[in-house]
Amino acid sequence: MGKGEGVIAIAQFLFFPGLVFTAAAGLLTSWFDRKLTARVQMRKGPPLLQPFYDVAKLFVKETCVPEGTLSWFFLSAPLIGVAGVTLASTILCQAMWAPQDIFAGDLIVVMYLLALPSLSMILGAFASQNPLASLGGSREMKLIMAYELPFILVACVPIIAARSIQLADILAAPPVAHQFSGLLALLVALIAMQARLTRVPFDIPEAECELGSGVLIEYSGPPLAMYKLTQAMMLFTGPVFLLVLYAGGIPFSEGWLAAGLGLLKFLSIVTLVVLIRNTAPRLRIDQAMRLLWGPVTLAAIMSLVLVYWGL
Amino acid sequence: MMSISKKIFSRSLFLFHLGGSACNNCDIEILDALTPKYDLERFGIIAVGSIRHADVILLSGIFNKKSAIRVRRMYEQAPKPVIVLAIGGCACSGLIFQDSYNWDVPVGDYIPIDAYVAGCPPKPEAIIAAITQVVDKLRNPAAAGAD
Repeated sequence: MGKGEGVIAIAQFLFFPGLVFTAAAGLLTSWFDRKLTARVQMRKGPPLLQPFYDVAKLFVKETCVPEGTLSWFFLSAPLIGVAGVTLASTILCQAMWAPQDIFAGDLIVVMYLLALPSLSMILGAFASQNPLASLGGSREMKLIMAYELPFILVACVPIIAARSIQLADILAAPPVAHQFSGLLALLVALIAMQARLTRVPFDIPEAECELGSGVLIEYSGPPLAMYKLTQAMMLFTGPVFLLVLYAGGIPFSEGWLAAGLGLLKFLSIVTLVVLIRNTAPRLRIDQAMRLLWGPVTLAAIMSLVLVYWGL
Repeated sequence: MMSISKKIFSRSLFLFHLGGSACNNCDIEILDALTPKYDLERFGIIAVGSIRHADVILLSGIFNKKSAIRVRRMYEQAPKPVIVLAIGGCACSGLIFQDSYNWDVPVGDYIPIDAYVAGCPPKPEAIIAAITQVVDKLRNPAAAGAD
């Protein structure tokens, strides 16, 4: 890699389609989430820029570090999540909009990177030494184990269908959601994504009224803003990842009609996530594990077998 | 605080409810203020479960000699800047509990309070009015009266 390429790569990571773009897209998506929730509850809902105000406000607040914690660890844990989701989003958007720049095995890298936000939550929760936070952290850990298994299984469905492990090839192949196995895989991936985003019914680690925001309980000011930003960015990156795997992504290079259709698909996935959040009660951690390792994993295996048969 | 950060601060307020042995009436009115009918999220106001996330602390009930220690500790744990509202007659003055054996002084003598909302219990409208007055005062300190 030459010097100029390095500068371009850093610019891509920091601005487009990296940090700045993903943060803006994520905060807008989280506004969509809050507005839709408000409409479901027959409210008017927050203004368009509310998520931006929330994050900006947290940056002017004081940072409290609990007594007896490793302060550098407590303060750097949120950065891991932001870095992970930014990198994942950069790779995904590059695969959609500039497929010539992509490298082999990027799908596997994205899968690893998308685990980083949850990991940074766990690290932060245990670093804060709050009993409620560590309870949330241990629940998050169990939840990761629960949703990663079915998710990895159904991520193999587009790989088998496209006979390639590269995102660009999966995008170039016909969308796997057009066949039955792909549809089943998308359903499983949606449930796993709901758990990855820790949305109701899988908001077990945060459990607002039970653990008092659980993993985030001791965080305040800019570090809390980092976590809020990570969650918002995940709300953008997660559905985009599903689109790339199963439905052909959001293709901006193939004309406005295809791009608009891609955006519509993205919004409908987010709408589904939000509607599930607003209509389901929270599961207990044992129920969530039983659900994700039981029927959901079975469905994942079934979709794998079906795609192998070419259905 | 600089004026721009005050403006951002006034657009996004996270409420934390700190109940000090209230009779539950004020607590219910606070919850009422957060219901869809009033929809405080329109103004960026939402309830949070941790004092570390709080921008506004709503106090309700009486804070006696024992809970005074706790309320002071909670106030110290809140990241600054933070607004404190005393909701209801008990939090304002102690009402009928003024002569109790365990009551010392009103909660305003333990921690600084930005606005008092009188009433037993105050209506949700009164709570919202108090919050908007504090927000107005944050946005332009000169225009809001000297209260």
